[in-house]
Amino acid sequence: MKNDIILSGVGGQGILTIAAAIGMAALESELYLKQAEVHGMSQRGGSVHSNLRLSDKEIASDLIPYGQADLILSVEPMESLRYLPYLSENGWLVTNSKPCINIPDYPDIDKIIKEIKKNPNYLILDAVKIATVLGSPGSANIIMLGAASLFIDIAVEYFEKGIQKLFCRKGEEVVKVNIDAFHAGRNYALNKGSSGK
Amino acid sequence: MQRLMLLGDEAIGQGAIDGGMSGIYAYPGTPSTEIMEYVQNSQEAAEKEILREWSANEKTAMEAALGMSYAGKRAMVCMKHVGLNVAADPFINSAITGVRGGLLVVSADDPSMHSSQNEQDSRFYGKFAMIPVLEPSNQQEAYNMAYTGFELSEKLGVPVLIRITTRLSHSRSGVEKQQSKSQRELSLPEDLKQFILLPANARGRYANLVKSQTAFEAVAEDSKFNELYPGKNKKLGIIACGIAYNYLMENFRDQKPEYPILKISHYPLPRKKVEKLIGSCKEVLVIEEGYPIVEEMLKGFQEKGTKIKGRLDGSLPRVGELDPNHVAISLGIKVSYGSKVPGFLPERPPALCKGCGHIDVFNALNEAMKKYGGGKVFSDIGCYTLGALPPYNAINSCVDMGASVTMAVGAADAGLKPSVAVIGDSTFTHSGMTGLLDAVYKKSSVTLLISDNYTTAMTGGQSSLATNRLEQICLGLGVEKEHLRTFVPLKKNHGDNVKIIKKELKYNGVSVIIAQRECIKNVLKKKKAKGKLSS
Ligand code: SF4
Repeated sequence: MKNDIILSGVGGQGILTIAAAIGMAALESELYLKQAEVHGMSQRGGSVHSNLRLSDKEIASDLIPYGQADLILSVEPMESLRYLPYLSENGWLVTNSKPCINIPDYPDIDKIIKEIKKNPNYLILDAVKIATVLGSPGSANIIMLGAASLFIDIAVEYFEKGIQKLFCRKGEEVVKVNIDAFHAGRNYALNKGSSGK
Repeated sequence: MQRLMLLGDEAIGQGAIDGGMSGIYAYPGTPSTEIMEYVQNSQEAAEKEILREWSANEKTAMEAALGMSYAGKRAMVCMKHVGLNVAADPFINSAITGVRGGLLVVSADDPSMHSSQNEQDSRFYGKFAMIPVLEPSNQQEAYNMAYTGFELSEKLGVPVLIRITTRLSHSRSGVEKQQSKSQRELSLPEDLKQFILLPANARGRYANLVKSQTAFEAVAEDSKFNELYPGKNKKLGIIACGIAYNYLMENFRDQKPEYPILKISHYPLPRKKVEKLIGSCKEVLVIEEGYPIVEEMLKGFQEKGTKIKGRLDGSLPRVGELDPNHVAISLGIKVSYGSKVPGFLPERPPALCKGCGHIDVFNALNEAMKKYGGGKVFSDIGCYTLGALPPYNAINSCVDMGASVTMAVGAADAGLKPSVAVIGDSTFTHSGMTGLLDAVYKKSSVTLLISDNYTTAMTGGQSSLATNRLEQICLGLGVEKEHLRTFVPLKKNHGDNVKIIKKELKYNGVSVIIAQRECIKNVLKKKKAKGKLSS
């Protein structure tokens, strides 16, 4: 088993929380893990990404080679396109649809969506909207994780355990909100499951 | 698999805690910051009463660590690669004084300059100082090197340099912990002259260091961090240093490599192993992160007929960070690219946070400077360096910590008027104060604008030694009271702030303006922490 995942977004959007949740879940299911993060200057609102590798065998490189990522999980639509050379032929692109516009030359969003839809396997969701309907607008990232979890070879119970561990210091209430958000995202993906061509 | 999930940086921190460290010294700098932060947040370190406060700069940190070693205890000092330039004086000389308690110097390099001004390779410093260098290839090795490094340092009697690069610093993986060792007792040197580098002593100690090189090499030769793996295909031999070994092995995930491979993570070069590999292969490919230092050392073999390939002959890119793809190409392995990045995608560079005080500082400064034209503002290293980008375009230099002040002095000497320096609070106490003393002494015509946000913001909000001290420091250095001004950089104060700057720009002497407003990120962090406490 091997899952190579690229997480992408904009500095400050919290992709490291998603990475940590997957990391915890991987630990629970006794997989090997390597996760390269971006710290420093680009965290000030620049493009950020993280390479996350899971395997049942020992992993050599901290970085994913070109054409080998099984999943790009992006919390921002334009950023999802930046890492296409890394996506494998059968890989999935899962992205939030809400743009983060903090640059003057942000392209037309329709153009971006069109480009995303050129990929054989994609899933676009409005995580912020789902989160708002759920009554927990702060949990969009965990909704994204829930949606993408369909394409990660870790059982749901381990994700739940991982989320539990990650948020337990913030109290039972926060844990529950996030587990609900995870399932909301996952159910959305299950229902939409056919968006791949 | 009960293992800790640690960043490379954190693995070094944990290894040192378990290795019997009594004190850690550092100045924040990407990608090294998380070593100190990890030790500061560690319950274990608190229980062991390990000293773990930030220092004013890398030089003071290095010297304090040497002092602790003098007193018989184990110490570690951490910095980013350019920080080692600042600490170079005590670093080089610490190889000559030698150590007592084990002394580990960690320098984190930043190839591809993700958050830096250059991509210098700290292994050169190790060679320059003539001390052993350890270069971990993964998180576990990072832990092991810190854990065993103190003893290596004590055994060889010199500091040991651990060189790590961004990728490993900021990548997380499972690490197995070893049993914790106890700290050493306070003691004085047996030879009280050991640390007195008067020429007569220094010559003796230096001769000793030169003589010890054979011993250092012998230890590297037997080091478990250096390993020669046999291979059937002798057309090519591969030398892979530090993290480059991972990128190499990534390309042989499903089959064993057919070539002989020498993994090097402990310098000086294990000469016998290198000779054995080269002697049996037609060509040798050197894969190393950073400068082609090993490749250059092997040039002698080239003359004897073995072709040496690497970053110098173009087999690998001469500059920038390596990755598995570069290594694949150098080995003639096919790289399968996914689809292309669409051409219309703009860059998304970092920017100052919304509501950041530096923004109001730059807006006021730009207006006050308008009539003088551009090109007269020197600046420094921190979040405010982003003032170089649009829409501000407010600064004209960023070279090294503290250089804004002294470059402004030099330009004023040359006749530039006004000559302005913009520096942050933490950078000012790191290396700006001595430059200000120069200015005061020479009565230079410079305007120094200190944008004080009460923290070291760029690296994530570490404490700043300048907080609540800046005005006293400036007055103490001899800045005239009437020309030490302060303001609060807020939109509503814009008009007044412009007036203050305009007035000081006209002064023929040293003036210092301190803009005082806390970093927004820190304010939010504190609010969040407080909310948690009260709920
Ligand atoms: S981190 Fe603080 S100082 Fe840096 S840009 Fe953001 S608000 Fe400004």
